[in-house]
Amino acid sequence: MFLAPAAVLLLVFFMHPTLQTIWWSFHGGIGLEPSRFVGADNYVRLLTGDPLFLNLEVWPPSGALVNNLLWLALFTLSPLGLGLSIAVLADGVRYERTLKAVIFLPMVISATAASVIFRFVYSPDPTIGILNAVLGALFPWLEPVPWLGRRSVVNFALIGAAVWIWTGLATTVLSAAYKALDREVLEAANVDGAGPWRTFWRVALPMLAGPIAFVAIALVINGLKMLELVLVMTAGGPRGASRIIGFTVYWEMFNNSRAGYGSAVAVVMLLLLVPVIAVQLRRVGREER
Amino acid sequence: MSLAPPRMAPLLHRLAGMTRRGAVHATLLLVGAVWLVPTLGLFVTSWRPSADVAASGWWTALPGGTFTAGNYREVLTVRGFEISLLNSVLIALPATLLPIVFAAPAAYALAWHRFRGRRFAFLAVVALLVVPLQLTWVPILKLFNLLGLTGSFVGIWLAHTAFGLPFAIFLLHDFMAELPGAVFESARIDGASELRLFLTIVLPLSTPALASLAIFQFVWVWNDLINALIFLQDRGKYPLTAAIQGLLSSYGSEWHLLAAGSFVSMSVPLLVFVALQRHFIRGLTAGAVKG
Repeated sequence: MFLAPAAVLLLVFFMHPTLQTIWWSFHGGIGLEPSRFVGADNYVRLLTGDPLFLNLEVWPPSGALVNNLLWLALFTLSPLGLGLSIAVLADGVRYERTLKAVIFLPMVISATAASVIFRFVYSPDPTIGILNAVLGALFPWLEPVPWLGRRSVVNFALIGAAVWIWTGLATTVLSAAYKALDREVLEAANVDGAGPWRTFWRVALPMLAGPIAFVAIALVINGLKMLELVLVMTAGGPRGASRIIGFTVYWEMFNNSRAGYGSAVAVVMLLLLVPVIAVQLRRVGREER
Repeated sequence: MSLAPPRMAPLLHRLAGMTRRGAVHATLLLVGAVWLVPTLGLFVTSWRPSADVAASGWWTALPGGTFTAGNYREVLTVRGFEISLLNSVLIALPATLLPIVFAAPAAYALAWHRFRGRRFAFLAVVALLVVPLQLTWVPILKLFNLLGLTGSFVGIWLAHTAFGLPFAIFLLHDFMAELPGAVFESARIDGASELRLFLTIVLPLSTPALASLAIFQFVWVWNDLINALIFLQDRGKYPLTAAIQGLLSSYGSEWHLLAAGSFVSMSVPLLVFVALQRHFIRGLTAGAVKG
């Protein structure tokens, strides 16, 4: 049978572990073997008693869940907006290929290397951090900002690095789609007096809905699973300010040795991804038949 | 005097056009700079002596700075990146080949064999594409502990193979489903067995998809940090990514070594990218939903 080897691997490494993790999310204890059944305690604590995961006592609310919502918004919209603008503006420019290759480059390297790159960029050390050097040259009265060391900006700094990585995907996909658009339709709209701006919004953009949805889904999935970038750049710090869900799972499981608690966070993560899975199944199911 | 207005209008129009084009170019060049400068900074730093790195910004070194290969020598030989480089290769090659070996027959069966539950099986693969690895780590690690696979290359090969399977099956299925079925039919009529058909007709016809998949999977494994940390747990077996992370947490301010070490790790995917750009972008784009 052609399917059996793959099926066995998927059962042993995906299906069974996922079910086991769901089961363990109702258990407590230290170490890899969560032994004590605690019912829904982990979930209750996660949502009401863990300020690093969700803190509604302060304004604005904070914690990994809130950070991740911010990620979802900014990390999805920024690469889409940038990618679309670059795709349209660079269309037909002489150096278009080079520019798109440069923007795609960060997609090629590891999150670890990208993290090192941005630890350089963001460094408050005057001989290392070019961002502070540029800001200091433009506005001499500014003090160097410890972008990764200040609780109020660290989350945005991490999202900035992630946008730098993922804009290449959006640019590549949307540029290819834009070039494939029917030029005659666009020109007809232009001739009808719609103007380039209106033509773009009313005619081109709706025709790009499919590729935009593809990129958006990819970004949502990656925004929810994001982990290595946070681990290498800040390890969730300072004092938990840059934690997000994917990171919290790893940290609770392997750094704090609380496999049961970490499993509960993982299940929350899965629940947040269920709508995405549903959308994917519908998209693929439609194509299939 | 009366001639001036008609001559002015096109001139103004052209001026406005030039300004607009100028603004577009300026924007695009600024974007290009923002995307290039961070990596360029790391690259320049990796060639500067450590004393210079501490004394002045890399952006002041471009004209007339001193450059040396010493950082690369030190990070490779003294800090053990030589071994990590070897580990990265030893991990990535089997972890690229194995998922393809498992996925190709499965993708073919899902695309061309009629059996009950076929559609369900395929949709299950699509769903698994999105399921985060976070849900699998602890149970797999416990299984590996039981089997003595923790800290072994066999363990991490198996993990990467399984983690790569959903996307591999998905990509190959998409491609194989478009192959001409008439060819398979005539091969069957000629008495070819299913296995023969698969090996001599389906696989060769699928070469473009296999190439894209291999490149994607290779780069994915090469760039992986987290699975290496979880399943290897042994500095002697760590790939480059984990070695960089180790360097970062123990010697946070050795910027010159960090830069050189990172570039050793980045050079391989960068070379693959430059050499095989089209396959690379196709594979990476299709795999973006894998996360």
